[in-house]
Amino acid sequence: MATTPMRDGPPPEVTDEQLAAMHDDPRFADLKRRLFRFIVPATIAFMAWYLLYVLLSAYARDFMDQVLFGNINVALVFGLLQFVSTFAFAWAYSRYTSRSYDPQAQELHDEIHYGADKEDAR
Amino acid sequence: MTLLAQSGDGGRTLTFTLFLLMVAATIAITVWARRHTRDATDFHSGGRGFKPWQNGFAIASDYMSAASFLGIAGAIALNGYDGFLYSIGFLVAWLIALMLVAELLRNSGRFTMADVLSFRMRQRPVRTAAAVSTMSVSIFYLIAQMVGAGALIALLLGIREGETFLGMNAEAASNMGIVLVGLLMIFYVAMGGMKGTTWVQIVQACVLLGGAAILALMVMIEFNFNLSGLLGAAAERSGAGQSFLEPGLQRGVEVAGDPVQTMWNKLDFISLAMALVLGTAGLPHILIRFYTVPDSKSARKSVNWGIGLIGSFYLLTLMLGFGAAALVGADAITEQNAAGNTAAPQLAEVVGESIGGSAIGSIMLALIASAAFAAILSTVAGLVIASSSSLAHDLYNSVIRGGKATDREEVVFARFAAIGVGVVAIILAIFAQDLNVAFLVALAFAVAASANLPTLLLSLFWKRFNTAGAVAGIYGGLISCIGLVVFSPVFSGSETSLLGEGVDIAWFPMSNPGLVSIPLGLVCAVVGTLASSESRPDRFATLQVRALTGAGSERTARH
Repeated sequence: MATTPMRDGPPPEVTDEQLAAMHDDPRFADLKRRLFRFIVPATIAFMAWYLLYVLLSAYARDFMDQVLFGNINVALVFGLLQFVSTFAFAWAYSRYTSRSYDPQAQELHDEIHYGADKEDAR
Repeated sequence: MTLLAQSGDGGRTLTFTLFLLMVAATIAITVWARRHTRDATDFHSGGRGFKPWQNGFAIASDYMSAASFLGIAGAIALNGYDGFLYSIGFLVAWLIALMLVAELLRNSGRFTMADVLSFRMRQRPVRTAAAVSTMSVSIFYLIAQMVGAGALIALLLGIREGETFLGMNAEAASNMGIVLVGLLMIFYVAMGGMKGTTWVQIVQACVLLGGAAILALMVMIEFNFNLSGLLGAAAERSGAGQSFLEPGLQRGVEVAGDPVQTMWNKLDFISLAMALVLGTAGLPHILIRFYTVPDSKSARKSVNWGIGLIGSFYLLTLMLGFGAAALVGADAITEQNAAGNTAAPQLAEVVGESIGGSAIGSIMLALIASAAFAAILSTVAGLVIASSSSLAHDLYNSVIRGGKATDREEVVFARFAAIGVGVVAIILAIFAQDLNVAFLVALAFAVAASANLPTLLLSLFWKRFNTAGAVAGIYGGLISCIGLVVFSPVFSGSETSLLGEGVDIAWFPMSNPGLVSIPLGLVCAVVGTLASSESRPDRFATLQVRALTGAGSERTARH
């Protein structure tokens, strides 16, 4: 397996054992940490932000009904901010993963399929 | 006052022509796709060769149903701000699909949701449960859409009680609408598979978004691009004043002198909000879309496209809803349809006339009517392919044939399953059309949030999770959702109930079961898991490495 990998065409098949073996690799633990480090706080944040909006709509109507200018009130601005935050979270997630997750995931993917360059794949 | 009858036969002809053009284009696409569908990967997943933008448009098309186009515009037109609450839950939900589900599912599954759920479990019980839940969600959703389609056709043709058009009265026109939509969706799916369905959805997304954008632009021209002015005019005409622009007119209503009912109304609103935000990432017809792209990065990009398109669309419906409230008025809307579903088409005619005379009014009405049909057709086609894939891949191949059916047998079964599901949906929709079935969309989201999402996330992230847990989680979530709705005011005990006021078996005070059934589904999954000793850490290791690195994932078909 230590030969020069052929990267054209579909990658060679892998067995479940080859996949499972990678699970104990410290680099896989690092990959998992990299993913969780973003998605856990992000999910808590956007769910809390959404829930805040829902709870304010239900229980803090005096606050939501305040007019900011013209006919624009807090409720409308808060609702539109949910749109803005959704776009922002999606953008931040994509930026984070393309910089700090995809290269590492690709490295492990290639190693599983083509074998490691330095050491023999199990 | 009837819509097309009012604008004369010219309007009817124009609507028919535009509609037939769209149908002809989609039929041509389907015939083309039929020739390019060779194996199960083509049929279930469109060969996995779609570009992210293409899948993004198809995702948006799947998601933007009649309920979200006509329904939300109508809800805003009649109830003001509260209609907007729906769109926010529907949109934020996509962050869960983006971060927690789309990429991991694409990497570890093959054709259906059950591929991931059953990966480290006993195939038969888990796939059966997943197929039952997929069918329940899809059928609830299908009936709601098709009943809407029937009513829409009758309304657009302008046929009211006692009138006839081409020899049809309102009931016949409504039946014809249901059958027409049913036959088209069967044709798209049984003939074109996922390849045909996806291209049909891309075309229909363009019709829908284009129509909504043009109409919203015209509304804003009417108000000189002054949003505050639009809102003011809507509030004034609604008769409710400023409260039209504030939460609480329809959802979480405060009943003076009845603190208990007020409490339940507010909890019901929170319950709905939870089902909307947690349901999306558990909808089978959304999940299978992630398999149509080459890899997980494309799945991520297609969700980003979807979020952009869906978010923009909901901002348009906000303008359409308030525009209809301001320019058409609640009285004229409810006269046509009590639920407000015709607000958008009525707005199209009024705004078109105001800007360019009656000819433009007819053109706009025809355009928005076609957009509404596009919304219905693309969603029902997505639901039918999700059902037929699950029946063929999970129930027929894995459960009945023990995974030994050939690709060809699975595809043939899937085509017949599409016909079967379609026929059942047509029949149920015809029987259900006189019932108040608006709750079915919210119920579909609640089942997806209670039965599908918890088990999907646990199977991806919890090492100990096992067969008993998955089965308990799915059935627990599904049964508690349906059970609670049966004993809620939606089903009996009030004049708007499914069974009417005469029957009263309602003891559950909320219309939306999510607040109870989502935690209950999760608890069932955890208790079921701990009650069984089955544990397969090796399979979990394989699943997680696949899901996170993409190694060993299904490849794009190469023909």
